[in-house]
Amino acid sequence: MHQTPLDAQHRALGARMIPFAGWEMPVQYAGIVQEHQAVRTAAGLFDLSHMGELWIRGPGAAAALDAALVTAPSRLKDGRAHYSMICAPDGSVMDDLIVYRTAAEEFLVVANASNREVVAAALAERLAGHDATLDDASLRTALIAIQGPRAVELLQAHTDIDLSPLKYYSIAAGQVCKRAALIARTGYTGEDGFEVYLAWDDAARIWNHLLEEGKAAGLVPAGLGARDTLRLEAGMPLYGQELDRETTPFEAGLGRVVKFDKDGDFVGRAALEAVKDAPAKVLVGLRLTGRGIARTGYPVYLPAAAEAVGRVTSGTASPTLGHPIAMAFVPAELAAPDTALEVGVRADRVPAVVIPMPFYRRPT
Amino acid sequence: MAYPDDCKYSDEHEWIRVEDGVATIGITAYAAEQVGDIVFVEVPAVGTTLTATQPFGVIESVKAVSELFAPASGKVVEMNGALADAPETVAEDPHGAGWLVKIALSDPSELDRLKDAAAYQAMIDAA
Repeated sequence: MHQTPLDAQHRALGARMIPFAGWEMPVQYAGIVQEHQAVRTAAGLFDLSHMGELWIRGPGAAAALDAALVTAPSRLKDGRAHYSMICAPDGSVMDDLIVYRTAAEEFLVVANASNREVVAAALAERLAGHDATLDDASLRTALIAIQGPRAVELLQAHTDIDLSPLKYYSIAAGQVCKRAALIARTGYTGEDGFEVYLAWDDAARIWNHLLEEGKAAGLVPAGLGARDTLRLEAGMPLYGQELDRETTPFEAGLGRVVKFDKDGDFVGRAALEAVKDAPAKVLVGLRLTGRGIARTGYPVYLPAAAEAVGRVTSGTASPTLGHPIAMAFVPAELAAPDTALEVGVRADRVPAVVIPMPFYRRPT
Repeated sequence: MAYPDDCKYSDEHEWIRVEDGVATIGITAYAAEQVGDIVFVEVPAVGTTLTATQPFGVIESVKAVSELFAPASGKVVEMNGALADAPETVAEDPHGAGWLVKIALSDPSELDRLKDAAAYQAMIDAA
């Protein structure tokens, strides 16, 4: 089991630690709802050092990634990023990724911890024949996210990078607490915020400093529990729940990410072109209107029907909205907003209605 | 906190207190803390028969579903209806207003298998 460079910090803060994707990770500190609300109203600090950081470098890096992923990283300007996926030849999703272009011939691909090895192996294979190298920096790279409406002011106090012109899905190199860092304006919470890539051994000092200095403004440490409820409200998929080797980007509502108009072949192109207009299932948002909370794997029914037509991928009692929400796969003909469905919750059928996602959008 | 001496405790972290032949059941402060933010409680209706050590309901946080296990057998004579609208009461006052059900014990000798407050405290201290 891996430990992040902040393991001692989490334990000193009283975190409850759980095994997650081969890492010991904090699931909560003071409590999931409290941490969730702090991110929605002030800011939260997350340790994401378990994520995979893969560097692709070389004159052929852009072309190699265009052929390896469903997006076109060659179209990214230096310092910009996009959401991407790596698919298998059958069009199913091997992982969802953020791809940053840090220089003309240098890209940072960030993978889920659970898929780091799968993605690294697939990229190594797909880079063959291109003038590009792969460097898996995951075990020497720490990642701290600061997320919430006060994130910009809290981080600005500790960095030489001017954050206000840093656009959403951009990345800049500079210093945080006088240590080399990459700051990206990205996140997985539905709030404004930053993800800060650091050398492993710098993480503890920076974590302590940000937390101590940010406390008065409402900054709290936040765990994987709050990260999950925040991303669910924001309608963002989680690999292993909404995305897996049984699911294409089109089924997950992420077809816009796939760039068929790019030059050349890419892994999964033929399979995806064949299914893009007729997904076998569609991911929808549900609001439960009766008593009960939908959870991963619960069956979805048409009202009063005996046979399940779908299944819940994620669900919780939304801390922000105050009612139960869920994501579920259903047949395309049942995906329209206002469609009445039922979720099987143990022995009961709880009425639910299809609603548009995201469930929560931050005030602008 | 000190666990009340007038209750018995199960290994699954339920407490049970008998008064005039009726037993009140709830979850311990330790269990409530472990579950975290409680957002949903489901307990059986009056007339349902509980079997010792078997699941009889659920308690849910934003994160997970936890089963409730009956510390003793018996028929439900009252359920805590206030929890439907205020499930957080279980976390706020697990040994008081956050009680779950009251049952008529079918075999009071089952209580002999449960722990007293000191033994329960020793168990969670070792956890």
